This record gives sequence, C-alpha cells and structure tokens, in this order.
Amino acid sequence: MTISTKKEPNALVLTVSGRMDAVTAPEFEKSVSELIAQGEKNFLIDLSALEYISSAGLRSILASAKRLKEQNGKLVFSGLQGHVKEVFSISGFHGIFKIHDTEAEGLKDF
Amino acid sequence: MSSTGHIKIPAVLESLPVITECVTGAAAAAGFSARIGDMELALEEAVTNVFKYANPGNPGEIEIDCASAEGKFSVEIRDSGREFDITKLPDPDLSMDISERPIGGLGAYLIKKVTDGVSYRRLPGFNVLTLVFNLGNTKH
Repeated sequence: MTISTKKEPNALVLTVSGRMDAVTAPEFEKSVSELIAQGEKNFLIDLSALEYISSAGLRSILASAKRLKEQNGKLVFSGLQGHVKEVFSISGFHGIFKIHDTEAEGLKDF
Repeated sequence: MSSTGHIKIPAVLESLPVITECVTGAAAAAGFSARIGDMELALEEAVTNVFKYANPGNPGEIEIDCASAEGKFSVEIRDSGREFDITKLPDPDLSMDISERPIGGLGAYLIKKVTDGVSYRRLPGFNVLTLVFNLGNTKH
C-alpha cells in the first residue's frame, strides 16, 4: 500500500493504492492521525488505485472517521473500483460515507 | 478430492502473505481464478481472527489445506487455539452512523457474504473452519 497526499484549496487528497489488508491498514490510520494532528480536517480519500481491502482496512477507515468527526472534520471518498466497491457495499459503508465517482466530483463536496 | 494446496505455518500476522499465496496459487491452478478476490478476503478474515484470538501470547501454528472437486474449491483452516466458532457471531448492525458504529465485527460477516458455504467443527484440541467457493456461481 502506498499513500500520496496532495493539497487542494478545500481539502487534502489522499490517494491510496495497492492493498489495504491486516498488514498495511494500520499505516493508513497512522497517516491520517498524523495529518489530523497537523491541523488537517477535510480529507478526500481517492481509492481508484486501491485493489484490495479487508475488514482491517475498513476498521482503520472507521477509526479515522470517528477521530475526524470529533474534530468536526470531514472524510469523503472517490473512485472505488471492483472488489473495493463491493466490500464497501457489503459492509454498509455506502450508507455512512459520501462516495463520489471521481476525485473532481469529490472535491466539490467541500 | 485431490489436494491442491497445503501449508503449516506459525499463526502470526507475518504469515498472511505466504498463506494467501499458497491458497490463491492452488485456486488458480484448479481453474478458480474468477473467485480469487473472494477467497483472499474470506481467508484473510478467517486467519487474522485466529492470529488475534486463538492463542493469546502463544501463537502456535495454523494449517491450511485446499481441495477442489466437482466445481467446488474448499479451504480448510485448522488451528490449535481455544474453541471458537466464528460462524456463530451475530451479524453487525449496518445501519448505525459513524459515531455509533462499533469498530470491528465485520470480518465474520464478510466471510459469510463472499463464500458459498462456511462450516465450523471442533475436533479434540483443534478448531476447523471450512470455506467453500463454487466455480461458476458467484454470490454477487
């Protein structure tokens, strides 16, 4: 899993690629925690290059979302594909998160 | 049934990539490439559950056997941990919002959703969990 960040006027875009599994998911949570500590509050997580996610990945996303909510921050997703889209759907994450088809659409949400 | 994949390895998180490779390799060789995504997910959920809960402080080993026959691919996961039937866990409440929703509890549910069959049995000293995947009949 690799995470790259890009600062946009209204949000920080995190592009997560590769695999978010039990081995790698804690890195995601740690990265988001550090960015929150640096004062970031609005996150667009682009998952168009994420190939795989398990419950460990969902757990780190939910933990990050809870932390952000406490800070009145916002977490929005874009670009979910195939397996990742399906796992989000099975887990009911479509109901609790805002999910956009593209990064450009996601950015309009802020 | 002809055996198409076997591994016995320490029941620790670091073993996950090797276990995944063993099972997905056997599945591909048996012609189940179309189900590999589901298999990887169900397998990760099942084995990480063993790593976390089966033998606190003393991981022991986990043994996995794959077999295919008559359009079905099965993955048998055996651990020597305390008795635990993951198939008995209640389904999570998916309607709760971010603040209310508990962290965790999705693993067993994902296993149920992406397999075509899951069964548990307790043998003397062992938990045995079997995941079954049909060749053509994906669940979703």
